[in-house]
Amino acid sequence: MPPLAERFPRLWIWWRRAWRFRSAGLSFSLAYGLVFALSAALFLSLLWWHTNGLLERQVDQAVEADARNLGDHWVQDGLPGLVRTIQDRLDLDVEDQSLYLLVGPEGEFISGNMPAWPSSVQRNDRFYPVRIIRAGSKAVAELHAYVLPGGYRLLVGRDVRGRDLLRHLLTETFLWAWVMVTALAIGGAWVVRGIFRRILTSIARTTSAIARGDIRQRMPIVGNEVDLVARTVNDMLDRIQRLMEGVKQVSNAIAHDLRTPITRARARLEDASLHAKTDEELHHAIDRAVADLDHITSVFEALLRIAQIEAGARRAAFETCNLVPPLHDVAELYEATAEERGLHLRVRLPEGLWTHGDARLIQQSVANLLDNAIKFSPADTVIMLEAQIKNGSILLRVADQGPGMAESELARASERFFRADTARNTPGSGLGLSLVQAIAQLHGGRLDLSNGHPGLIATLVLPSVAPPAASITQESFVPHHAVR
Amino acid sequence: MRILLVEDDPTVRNFILKGLRETGHVVEEADNDKDGLFLAVSENFDIIILDRMLPGGIDGLRILETLRAQNNSTPILLLSALADVDERVAGLKAGGDDYVTKPFAFSELLARVEALARRGSAEQAPQTRLVVADLEMDLLSRTVKRGNEKIELQPREFRLLEFLMRHAGQVVTRTMLLERVWDYHFDPQTNVIDVHVSRLRQKVDKPFPTALIHTIRNAGYILRPE
Repeated sequence: MPPLAERFPRLWIWWRRAWRFRSAGLSFSLAYGLVFALSAALFLSLLWWHTNGLLERQVDQAVEADARNLGDHWVQDGLPGLVRTIQDRLDLDVEDQSLYLLVGPEGEFISGNMPAWPSSVQRNDRFYPVRIIRAGSKAVAELHAYVLPGGYRLLVGRDVRGRDLLRHLLTETFLWAWVMVTALAIGGAWVVRGIFRRILTSIARTTSAIARGDIRQRMPIVGNEVDLVARTVNDMLDRIQRLMEGVKQVSNAIAHDLRTPITRARARLEDASLHAKTDEELHHAIDRAVADLDHITSVFEALLRIAQIEAGARRAAFETCNLVPPLHDVAELYEATAEERGLHLRVRLPEGLWTHGDARLIQQSVANLLDNAIKFSPADTVIMLEAQIKNGSILLRVADQGPGMAESELARASERFFRADTARNTPGSGLGLSLVQAIAQLHGGRLDLSNGHPGLIATLVLPSVAPPAASITQESFVPHHAVR
Repeated sequence: MRILLVEDDPTVRNFILKGLRETGHVVEEADNDKDGLFLAVSENFDIIILDRMLPGGIDGLRILETLRAQNNSTPILLLSALADVDERVAGLKAGGDDYVTKPFAFSELLARVEALARRGSAEQAPQTRLVVADLEMDLLSRTVKRGNEKIELQPREFRLLEFLMRHAGQVVTRTMLLERVWDYHFDPQTNVIDVHVSRLRQKVDKPFPTALIHTIRNAGYILRPE
């Protein structure tokens, strides 16, 4: 709620109710028009007030200067001098705006162009606006009274008919100007609303087309601020499209790769139930079927895990960590297996590899890469696990000297269930690299695959961060080897 | 051992029941949270096997929390279809002692049940020396001897042997080893654990007339004097 609404909750409710159909375009243009009209009114009033004040002050100053001047003449030349000066002034006053009246102690007329002392003028410390009749027509005058020594009194003033006329004209002009500005504001608001509508309609048209199922539609880029929204929407659509394709691919893959082992297990059990002659045969068939089911479970778990990682749900466990200890750990786990198969696992890691992420997941992805390398390496070859920091990225490389992959297969290698031709006869689910890729993407990195002639080079690219100042020498990853 | 099994699925319940009774345990069963909690507080059990999803959408964790709030420290093994790492952590945080995800192999469950029961009784006294037949492990000086001969072990091999010796006479599965000795919670495709155990055997068993580490088919390993 806006702050105003907090002060006037009832008003706010009323407003909300009145705007059952709240149009953003209308509110926006109304606000625009209102601000425009209000600021115009404020500006014009200020102008009027200043001009009017100036005019009034001008008259008052002229009268005061005039009176001061007459006073000087009185001091220099006495009464006759004053009378002569008044007469001179009146003769010189072409515009016929000056008013003078000099009366004696008894109130008798001595000089001037006013017939009698107006009864409303009593005090001599302020201006009196007085209606007078001059040459047969009504006029308004600003008059000021002065007392002279000897009981004489002097009235000095100005006929302000002209000023009032000017003021009236000014008021009228300003009022009309305001009306025009307001009209313009309303027109402008209308135009703004139209623009607003057109923008929204174009967004709505595209999105509703997409909602109807045409996911290939994109927002047009027109070259103004709307592009910001358009680009975001387009990016979003790209991602949705990719995800949808992923889902399609996965459901196809599930259909194929889970059905096959399920069919196998089912066939084995049915066959045993119908044809098994001895207990031993029966047990054997059941054991094989259980193994098939275990395989299905592991595929299923891997799929779920990939989906969970791709959805970004595992980011809660992210922290700044050094990857070196967990990498040594996982290398140690696989080193024995490699040795048993006559392979040499060489590990070359720098002092610190700091990243912001989930060390366990990265450990698992390296485990998958090592697993692959060991599976496909011929005896007496070398597997390298090395890492370096380059351009703010950690490059984690696992290289083997196995058969590698055909160029056409490299691009598809991290698809779910994809298995290269050379891998057809090795055990595995075809999900290992998909998981590695999902983990890399979760960390804002990627998985690059290339051929090393011979062998496959898998490079995990992860963002590198500065080590936390407090614990540069400490290992952030300390697996608790609690032996229970 | 007296075991309480709280599990609503009749097939799974009977499967576990039969298996545990065959191995000589006394098992009480319950198929819902009320009966389960009633049995758990009114009788003494060596271990409770508790399914997480019970009828009526009740989470087994609630029974677990109630029991722990009453200072009941019977070891509890959680059984769950929720395989997620976070769920596992939630289960252990609530006071569970171990976590087995469905589907599981009976051998895995049995091994974990027996390991838990053993822990319950042996935890009190901190040990400095482990002895199985002529194999001796000194936990303070971190040395291993068999007969009069000293055996040199890598740190990880030492931890592996320590785990096996602490669970002497019990089956330990590959998953248990991976979790407890390596602290990994994922499933490596290759036989990494077997290789580590066979390396250990080379040092502990090979030079001597009798073997102590035995492979149990379809289950795991056992260390026992023979």
